[in-house]
Amino acid sequence: MSFRDNPLGEIRVPLVWTAGVALVVAVIVAVTLLLGDRRETLRNEAYGVTREVSDAVAAPVSGVVSAPVHWLGALSDGISQYFFAVSENRRLRAEAAAAAELRQEVLGLRDLNERYRDLLGLQTDPPIPMVSARVVSDSRGPFANTRLANAGRERQVRVGNPVMTEYGLVGRVVGVTRGASRVLLLTDIASRTPVMVDRTNARAILAGDGGPNPKLEYLRGYEPVKAGDRIVTSGDGGLMPRGLPVGVAVKGVDGAWRVVLSSEAGAIDFVRILLFEDFAQLVDQDELNTRSEPPADGALPTVGVTSPPPPTPAPTPAPSRTPAPVNRPPPAKAPVAKAPTPKAPAPKTPAAKTTPTPRPAPNQPAATPAPAPPPVEEPVF
Amino acid sequence: MSLTATRLDPWRWLGAPMLQCMAATILFSLPVRVFGWGLPEPIFCMAPAFAWAIIRPSMVAPFGVLIMGLFLDIFWGAPLGLWALSLLVAYGAVLGTRNMMVGQSRPMMWMWFAAACAVAQMVGFLITQLDARATPNLLAMLWQFLATILLYPFAHRLIDRFDDADVRFR
Repeated sequence: MSFRDNPLGEIRVPLVWTAGVALVVAVIVAVTLLLGDRRETLRNEAYGVTREVSDAVAAPVSGVVSAPVHWLGALSDGISQYFFAVSENRRLRAEAAAAAELRQEVLGLRDLNERYRDLLGLQTDPPIPMVSARVVSDSRGPFANTRLANAGRERQVRVGNPVMTEYGLVGRVVGVTRGASRVLLLTDIASRTPVMVDRTNARAILAGDGGPNPKLEYLRGYEPVKAGDRIVTSGDGGLMPRGLPVGVAVKGVDGAWRVVLSSEAGAIDFVRILLFEDFAQLVDQDELNTRSEPPADGALPTVGVTSPPPPTPAPTPAPSRTPAPVNRPPPAKAPVAKAPTPKAPAPKTPAAKTTPTPRPAPNQPAATPAPAPPPVEEPVF
Repeated sequence: MSLTATRLDPWRWLGAPMLQCMAATILFSLPVRVFGWGLPEPIFCMAPAFAWAIIRPSMVAPFGVLIMGLFLDIFWGAPLGLWALSLLVAYGAVLGTRNMMVGQSRPMMWMWFAAACAVAQMVGFLITQLDARATPNLLAMLWQFLATILLYPFAHRLIDRFDDADVRFR
């Protein structure tokens, strides 16, 4: 009996139905992946193994594909430089003459600035190390604006590092793998960057929306910005250094303040990844978040104000070899004896674990200074 | 039926177009600027997703659409599942209305393709609004929509090639 003769062979699920079931299963898979995805976090493990592996594969592939384009670009640059050499020479001479004047001015201002800093005792930011990388792929759609750069974990690139071109800020690193890092552009809809208006110091959040000009949100104050104002990073939040050039403010057609990005002035083929680490990233977060225990008497430590000395049991008086004079006051009380001078160096232990600096109570009788007051911690027997 | 099975080889009508679209996506993601303008970024995967639904219902095609969408999400750095779900909804919409579309003229089919692209973009818009709690730039969406609907000739070529392969669904 052949298969066609089998009566069960005629019972076939319609192909349309099975296609529909397959579609539903695929939709469920897609929805599950969408709900489980956490793209916009600053934790490297949230980037996921799948993305790390795909970026590690895509970076060299895109690098090979883009290599001829880079060669052609270099070739066209060479040809244009050859044909426009004379006009370029004139322009560069004019720029060099202007730069010579500026150089003297800058040197004087730099010297003055250093002296002011010394006088004020300002602590300047340390120089930020950086690595150069080449952009090998670029997505420009309305829902994702990212780039893949060919420098990764092996060059100490970390999630959150700012990325720049020679013109200005491009974005920040959101995923790192070996040999590649994913850069979230300022124009991405998930991008939020704290910035400020250079002229007024007014703070704002630069919010991408998938278009070429991100919006300035949460602007405060009376006319905090006007067209043509320079926008720089504010450094608020500690994820980016202060003062990186971002762009120029313009009024959008929708009435919102937007920013023409400085990085758009040229092709973003090479970028610099700043290996920036803020103090917030350097401290031991666990240690910083450790709660200090309140004192035994229930008095809460105050912030910014020195508290009275905690009551401690009086130490056993050291046996004196000579009899004490009659009019001598009783042995120095512990808090007074161990009260440090105001010029005492700051303790090396973290602030969260230090006890408030005790100071002598004003109404306490001053102890007669002993010739050598024994330290409380190490009583002399 | 044996002739149909030979002609409608899954590799030829599913595998090869899928790989071609992925290669085109990689090619158009190059950081190239021509006269200050970057390359357009059309959704190449919309062409096979539309054509597969028109040619015939299939159990494999939805998973092909899923793979293409996940590739776009990973390669473009979008939330995982955004383009997968957008393409699948557009594929499902075309599959559900294919009886109305089959056999129509080329300009009319082009309009149906534009409608399918609009459905995919709209799903992407809604997902992005929910995910990022912000409204995507409508002008950027319009540019991508216009760049994508120009790809219909590729979808039409695929439809022309395999439309008569399975006479049960003509």
